Amino acid sequence: MKISGSEIFIRSLKEEKVSHIFGFPGATILGIYNQLLDSDIQHILVRHEQGAIHAADGYARASGKPGVCLVTSGPGATNTVTGVATAFMDSIPVVIFTGQVPTSMIGNDAFQEVDIVGITRSITKHNYLVSQVKDLARIIKEAFHIATTGRPGPVLVDLPRDVLMDEAEFHYPAEVSIRGYKPNYIGHPKQIEAALKLIAKAKRPVIYSGGGVIRSGARQELLELVNKTNIPTTSTLMGLGGIPGDHPRFLGMLGMHGTKYANLAVTECDLLIAIGARFDDRATGKLEKFAPKAKYIHIDIDPATISKNVRVHIPIVGDAKLILREINKAVVPGDYSAWIERIEEWKREFPLSYQQDDEIIKPQYVIEQIYDLVKDRAIIATDVGQHQMWVAHYYKFNDRRMLLTSGGLGTMGYGLPAAIGAQVACPDKLVFDIAGDGSFQMVLQELATAVQYNLPVKVAIINNQCLGMVRQWQELFMNKRYSGVCLKCAPDFVKLAESYGAVGLRASKPAEVRPVLNEAISVNKPVVIDFRVACEENVFPMVPAGAGIEEMLLS
Amino acid sequence: MRHTISVFVENKFGVLARIAGLFSARGFNIDSLSVGETTDPTVSRMTILTSGDDQIIEQVIKQLRRLVDVIKVIDLTQSDYVEREMVLIKVDAPSAHRAEILRICDIFRGKIVDVNPKTMTMEVTGDEGKINALIDLLKPIGIKEIARTGKVAMARGKQDKNLAGKGQGGMPLEEVVSEEKT
Repeated sequence: MKISGSEIFIRSLKEEKVSHIFGFPGATILGIYNQLLDSDIQHILVRHEQGAIHAADGYARASGKPGVCLVTSGPGATNTVTGVATAFMDSIPVVIFTGQVPTSMIGNDAFQEVDIVGITRSITKHNYLVSQVKDLARIIKEAFHIATTGRPGPVLVDLPRDVLMDEAEFHYPAEVSIRGYKPNYIGHPKQIEAALKLIAKAKRPVIYSGGGVIRSGARQELLELVNKTNIPTTSTLMGLGGIPGDHPRFLGMLGMHGTKYANLAVTECDLLIAIGARFDDRATGKLEKFAPKAKYIHIDIDPATISKNVRVHIPIVGDAKLILREINKAVVPGDYSAWIERIEEWKREFPLSYQQDDEIIKPQYVIEQIYDLVKDRAIIATDVGQHQMWVAHYYKFNDRRMLLTSGGLGTMGYGLPAAIGAQVACPDKLVFDIAGDGSFQMVLQELATAVQYNLPVKVAIINNQCLGMVRQWQELFMNKRYSGVCLKCAPDFVKLAESYGAVGLRASKPAEVRPVLNEAISVNKPVVIDFRVACEENVFPMVPAGAGIEEMLLS
Repeated sequence: MRHTISVFVENKFGVLARIAGLFSARGFNIDSLSVGETTDPTVSRMTILTSGDDQIIEQVIKQLRRLVDVIKVIDLTQSDYVEREMVLIKVDAPSAHRAEILRICDIFRGKIVDVNPKTMTMEVTGDEGKINALIDLLKPIGIKEIARTGKVAMARGKQDKNLAGKGQGGMPLEEVVSEEKT
């Protein structure tokens, strides 16, 4: 029996076991919205398409399953672009369905027409324009396959209106065969052998763990390697949670806002084992000064990340989990005790610290209190800026999929919709969005989404009444000439929350932080907490842009 | 250094844009690009001339392989290969120069493909050096118009056993260059 493209769409998503779609309707996808009424797929209506794509991204990060986003043509599609790029930079499996004008009108500058396939070509893993209904099921199958396998990433499928109206037999392919797409998972045994030799010979090894460890689910394997070998381990922002934050060998984050001891360890090491990390400039600082004395082992699923930014001695292409399993089977550690002792000294000498105050709330204190209260019970989403770095410093992530943050693109406004997506994926978990007052104001309309679907996310606004990170750069590098960073004109966040039907709370003194957090957690509703924090607090340590990572400002 | 790269791609719309977009987005150079169908109509073969140091060329090849619509990438520069380009040149041809033009055409094993009272159009095939030498010789006579195809290239005979006609869409079965040594 022939069925419409819209029906094929819904049935294909059922085949992919999709249970939730984050979307916003429009003329070109009316057919799909009509079919959704008769389907048990739950549609979450966001208030802006950027919210839909970030929520799908948060859903994917929190659950490990692909997130799905559905928007209309033209502005609906372009509003997702920032979120698509966010997912692309952080290798997040999301499938974006965009409406498109009928095929006969493509190229005519029709109403709400935009070449979204052209626009997103460089920020998707792959994208499709479906030109005939008979291809629809196969393309949806391929889209989910490509998004979730190899190095994951966003895949966009553009759906012209006539394709959704036309009819075809429904046949969902059991297998995918794409001759140009065959990701490699198994590490080459010779390369693994060579890596093992280097590990046994090394005197001062360091593991540099990244988001690939999270994506591949290699947490247990990494932990086993660290426990077996005692190799000190640092992590990128994306890799936090890959090894327990309170593990004795964990050095915290490296890079621009890394710990001094992590950066010193990387600078002095003689063997750097990069696992699922891509030598991003925020992690490496000036490349010539990054681990200058070390040999590099680089484990990554994407061959193109190897020797992109640095020359690697032993590349191992494949899945981090499988490769670490092989390494763990045969690894023989060297004697690193002197090296570990040296690092422990650095830890004692240069701990992360801030000056506590009795009257004014320090932002770091809020993060510490949230951690102290909820520990492993919560999923933490963040926005981008100072608060994001304080979360990286003071929240000890003990599990993967606990931290949802835009690491690669650095997208302000990511936090709230990502938290909403995570709460949909994990209804029984406590979900916090630790936000900046600037970031929150970019997406605050999504409070309505949280209220509508009774998603009890807790938004903790670290409110310093300015764009803190930019203010910090202007203070340190622009002679305190503050330009375009003042956000003193802002809504009353408590009243704002109440007007949306959420709960609004405020803390202005350190003593109020804990009680307010307790109250927020006790109510089963979305909560916005306005933490009035010290305005001029800076994130330290900090490596100035363009410097080597050992050249840190500590205060 | 200059590299000649064969890229076998799905013969679909938008694939050329993906390749061109990759080069421009990542700041790689394209010195020459040509595309044509292979014996398998679903596969096109591109010949791309690009330049850069070893690290850049390695990235060019890896980034090309990363595209879902790219089936196979071969860096011909690492092997023995044949490279050709065709050019059409329209020259001023007053009767005083006609004999000279014909002689040059003959030396370069070209063909006159169009003649009229004022101009002659010549078709010549060869490697870059030959084409450039021809253009230098014709310049004093007066070149009116020129159209070059861009280069096409193929590995020399020893790879023949691996070549096409076996349902491989005109693609060599095995890489001339070894894949990422991992």
